[in-house]
Amino acid sequence: MSAVIIARHARTPAERFKDAAWVAFVALLLGIPMVGLTTVDQGGALTVQTRFGMLGAFVGVSFVGRFIFRWIIDQFRNRRAAKAAVAKVDRTPQVIKLIGWVVLGASVTMPIMFSDNRYVIDTATTVLIYVMLGWGLNVVVGLAGLLDLGYVAFYAVGAYTYALLFSHFGWTFWEALPVAGAMAATFGILLGYPILRLRGDYLAIVTLGFGEIIRVILVNWTELSNGPNGIGSIPRPTLFGLPFDRNPAEGTQTFATFFGIEFSGMHRIIFLYYLILVLALLTNVFVSRLRKLPVGRAWEALREDEIACKAMGMNVTNVKLSAFAIGAMLGGFAGVFFAARQGFISPESFTFTESATILAIVVLGGMGSQMGVVLAALVLVLLPELGRNFAEYRMLLFGTAMVLIMVWKPSGLLSSREPTIRLNKAAATGGQP
Amino acid sequence: MAYALQQLINGLTLGAVYGLIAIGYTMVYGIIGMINFAHGDIFMVSAFIAVTAFTLLAAFDITSLPLAITAVLITAIFFTSAYGWAVERMAYRPLRGSTRLAPLISAIGMSIFLQNMVQLTQGARVKPIPPVLEGGIEIWQSGGFTVQISWTQIMIVLITIVLMVAFTYLITQTAFGRQQRACEQDSTMTALLGINVDRTISATFMLGAALAAVAGVMVTVYYGVVDFFIGFVAGIKAFTAAVLGGIGSLPGAMLGGLIIGLIEAFWAAYLSPEYKDVATFAILILVLMFRPSGLLGRPEVEKV
Repeated sequence: MSAVIIARHARTPAERFKDAAWVAFVALLLGIPMVGLTTVDQGGALTVQTRFGMLGAFVGVSFVGRFIFRWIIDQFRNRRAAKAAVAKVDRTPQVIKLIGWVVLGASVTMPIMFSDNRYVIDTATTVLIYVMLGWGLNVVVGLAGLLDLGYVAFYAVGAYTYALLFSHFGWTFWEALPVAGAMAATFGILLGYPILRLRGDYLAIVTLGFGEIIRVILVNWTELSNGPNGIGSIPRPTLFGLPFDRNPAEGTQTFATFFGIEFSGMHRIIFLYYLILVLALLTNVFVSRLRKLPVGRAWEALREDEIACKAMGMNVTNVKLSAFAIGAMLGGFAGVFFAARQGFISPESFTFTESATILAIVVLGGMGSQMGVVLAALVLVLLPELGRNFAEYRMLLFGTAMVLIMVWKPSGLLSSREPTIRLNKAAATGGQP
Repeated sequence: MAYALQQLINGLTLGAVYGLIAIGYTMVYGIIGMINFAHGDIFMVSAFIAVTAFTLLAAFDITSLPLAITAVLITAIFFTSAYGWAVERMAYRPLRGSTRLAPLISAIGMSIFLQNMVQLTQGARVKPIPPVLEGGIEIWQSGGFTVQISWTQIMIVLITIVLMVAFTYLITQTAFGRQQRACEQDSTMTALLGINVDRTISATFMLGAALAAVAGVMVTVYYGVVDFFIGFVAGIKAFTAAVLGGIGSLPGAMLGGLIIGLIEAFWAAYLSPEYKDVATFAILILVLMFRPSGLLGRPEVEKV
């Protein structure tokens, strides 16, 4: 694509007015069929209802909004141009590292501060599930550069593996966890093997298809998955065999009786929170270590230039498969946790929207950036949560945020990427000082 | 035999609709190399516009059928093209030249936005309209089964053929078509030759949206019900059709659409209706494994 530099001159008020008027005109065009007119069911037949007041408001808001937005953007641009003139040392990596520690500290101490606020801890747990999923998908998309639109399939495989192992064989959370991870990884390899030679966008659409296939099978294969009704009464995880029930079964102890404290429903919520925190942190450590191993470097090399990798004699298929399998395994772990936390799973929870959300977290955060995933998960989970008071606007807000963040920062919120290896000065100059 | 013939007719009708949507995917992919994820939702917007327009016409007592259908088609094409243009301008143009994933995410966001916008402004309930075109011709009878082509099916196939002829003419014979193909091959060079690439891309989006608009009107007439979620499945199937035919190839998109329509109709009739979506995807995977450039696509040469 050609890079054209357009000289910007200061806009005159007339130009601003014209620009905003044009936007208002487009808003009018778009608004007539959707905002201005609607059909309502009256006595079994549809009738058209006009909402010109609402249409007028919509056009007016577009006009004023564009006018102000344009003005702010111009101010911002001027200021940034002035700033860019002053050379500055880029301290972003250090700042991100600092933020990372602060966030970690906050997430460890958070349940203590909000120990009686169930809603806050529940929401934080949801954020952490997405963080973990984001870190898992980051291996596939961010590091290996393989666009996966069906990641939710592995999440579903993990969740259903646990649910089925429990309902048929009575396995507990801790027994099912490794098996579910292995199962998801197997699915990753099974899917990956035939399709990994496809180019980026084709791969995306095939993975999307795979995600849908898994969902359709879960809905229709009633004998296996109980269909759309889902599987219920999945047991919660225990702390080294100590359950978090109110009344202990005969001859066993619960968390509360073992430690001699009074039973509280919050114990389990907080335990679940710490469990996912630990799982997520383990994921993070695991992925960061992998990045420094030969296989991790191979992933990143593959992302940058597949042909060069082939020329260097890398086994591209195996490298891709390893990324796929590890990403799938992490998704499977998250799925087990999800099933255990909800106590009930159904195919409803594993739709394409979920895949899109996880992918959005990875891309919005800045591909390959671990901190970015945390930030994006916070934004994407909390934003709809804030909009819960006007619940019907939740997803609208979500879609808008995805578009706006992309347009504002196409490479993600935290796009600065750490070099995988730094050559020291001597090595860089070929041994000569 | 008669049953199979009936499925063939149903499949071809469905395929024509998928083909029309698939052209939008294939053209956009050809010119800027991105999957326009919101295209299925553009189609859904058009179906809603058609519902409103039909209801409005009924309220004004316009009962002449050709007049009504023409009026609805024109209205739907006009407003839907506006949507196509606006989506490109807002969500994709600012991202031109950035990473490959950015426009895709923005497109997914746009798709979620459109779905929820329609759900909010038009309601989440299914919208039924009274049948527009009733009856048909019985063409064959055997073993107590009557093979019937409804007028709606004939109309859908005819309009699709007319559109395809017009569209082929537009792309192969006119100045705009030349510009469009030139941008597809090398947009930088095209820009150097004094062609407004941005405008051509906008026009491509509007054309794709216009064809999706026609498909939306057809589906409204054919099924008689519309809801805000129809865009997703139809979009995915149409994209599958575009890939199957060879992405970037216009006849390929139409052919892919017909094949997908036929597979779906026969699979639902003879095997299992629940798994018809699985069949579509399975075929997509098989095609991509053994013929990644699609049926009519040019094999892509990777350059270093």
